[in-house]
Amino acid sequence: MAENLNRRKFLSIATSLTSAVGGIFAVGAFVSTFQPSKKAKALGASIKVSLSKLEPGSIIKVIYRGKPIWVLRRTDEMISELDNENSYLRDPKSELSIQPDFAKNKFRSKNPEFFVVEGVCTHLGCAPIEKFAIAPADMGPDWKGGFYCPCHGSKFDLSGRVYAGVPAPSNLRVPAHNFIDETTLLVGENS
Amino acid sequence: MAKQTESIFTNPLLKWIDDRFPLSSLIKDHATEYYASKNFNIWYLFGVLSMVVLIIMLITGFFLTMNYKPSADDAFNSVEYIMRSVENGWLIRYMHSTGASFFFIVIYLHMFRAMLYGSYKKPRELIWILGMLLYFCLMAEAFFGYLLPWGNMSYWAGQVIVNLFGYIPFVGDTLTEWIRGDYFISDITLNRFFAFHVIFLPLAIVGLVAAHILALHHVGSNNPDGIEIKKKLDETGKPIDGVAFHPFHTSKDLVGITIFLIIYFAAVFFAPEMGGYFLEVDNFEPADPLKTPEHIVPSWYFTPYYAILRAVPNAALGALFLVLAVVLFVFLPWLDKCEVKSIRYRGWQYKFALTLFAISFIALGYLGLQPATGIYVFLARFFTITYFAFFLLMPFYTKLEKTKTVPERVVYKKKES
Repeated sequence: MAENLNRRKFLSIATSLTSAVGGIFAVGAFVSTFQPSKKAKALGASIKVSLSKLEPGSIIKVIYRGKPIWVLRRTDEMISELDNENSYLRDPKSELSIQPDFAKNKFRSKNPEFFVVEGVCTHLGCAPIEKFAIAPADMGPDWKGGFYCPCHGSKFDLSGRVYAGVPAPSNLRVPAHNFIDETTLLVGENS
Repeated sequence: MAKQTESIFTNPLLKWIDDRFPLSSLIKDHATEYYASKNFNIWYLFGVLSMVVLIIMLITGFFLTMNYKPSADDAFNSVEYIMRSVENGWLIRYMHSTGASFFFIVIYLHMFRAMLYGSYKKPRELIWILGMLLYFCLMAEAFFGYLLPWGNMSYWAGQVIVNLFGYIPFVGDTLTEWIRGDYFISDITLNRFFAFHVIFLPLAIVGLVAAHILALHHVGSNNPDGIEIKKKLDETGKPIDGVAFHPFHTSKDLVGITIFLIIYFAAVFFAPEMGGYFLEVDNFEPADPLKTPEHIVPSWYFTPYYAILRAVPNAALGALFLVLAVVLFVFLPWLDKCEVKSIRYRGWQYKFALTLFAISFIALGYLGLQPATGIYVFLARFFTITYFAFFLLMPFYTKLEKTKTVPERVVYKKKES
């Protein structure tokens, strides 16, 4: 009798364990279907952007993973403006902001000439608009050129760095990117 | 419990069924011989009203799926098609969209009733927990359903809520990708939200409702005096203060249901948008991933929690407080240390705390609709503190209460006729 009970206990435990292992694999299969599919991954893969026709002082916008990515080719004047004192910025050294390590500088790029950034306000995700002119009538005499968010009035400089005292908490996000050659940009990968 | 019950039927067909299915005993256990207190007041209507709304939602939802197309290209247009081309499609859709808001109105009042009369206390803790699970499912159901029209507010509200999961340390980004099935809210996301909205959650809700009612009928309904009527039985074993659910409570409920339906259909016919609170203006524009609505606000029934999210200066902590604000309800049966159930016989401490809590909840709901600037931020922080104080200080102030003597029998005045 006692032997029989032990045998039953053993069989119960063995059956439970075997079904548990099967159950875990089954759950894993169902859970994995939630991941981005191969098609979604392919559509969300890195994109190449040709910059050969981009004039200094102009900007192109591409869509990557549903977000607008801007590429600004800065002029020498723009670059020298970014060298100046900038006490009006909230995070001038980009310590609280998101960017690849190589872009954690005042130009927020590897090569100061080309600035790659997500055109999404860090406040609530609106699309800021470019205001490159210095001290235009609508932006006031202190404006040094940059981006302005029409939704809640956040201001950013030509490196996407946020002004102090506006709703946006941090600088515009710089996506992972690198240059394949002089004029070809790859958005989505850092190397 | 396979007890032999005498058939209540004389009809041979029903008798035939009774021999093969426990129809008589089901009717007896849950209607004609289920005794609930005779002193129920208006607060005891909202349970049955939420059942009515659930049925309206299941039927209208079923008819909406016949014309709705869950894809990013077709969703917005198929809703417009239902509104303009399908015969009476506008009625079905407005009943569904208005029903969502009315669902939350009756559920919030139903929950408040439980807090007034201590219905979550022993032995009804599990009914309360099942009810809270229902509330969570309802919130998820509302959130998934809100994305389906694929309007611009749908899109961006979905974006903001899914991004909240991104604040979870280490796994946040992977988790948001897993929820969306893509790198942004896309056709793939819409399709799976549809699946949750029409299959998984309705099934879960119906199952939980069954469990909620079975547990209720097992322990018996509470009443405005918070007295266990099962303690005073007559010679036949029925509670002296109880009356049969059917026909006494059902006939009273029918009056309540009729008045409710008049108010509900007044909203469906004359104010289905309710000035932008039931259907938002920005949602009459198709979803545009590149253009954010100027003020992203969730539907009114989520705004108390949204106000808490924004009141906390740190985004990740804000998300944590939002979750806590919802989940803390579950622990009420154990946070409340007072022996007396009904507010009628409780001390001033709980009356004061519950009043302050109700004011905080409504104030946060209002503040969640306002921009997060200036005085609004200060007020949202103030009411966030009072909201959490209600729960977290409860074990202390409920111990200090000086309660009145609870009567032996329920208070009930017979009307002269």
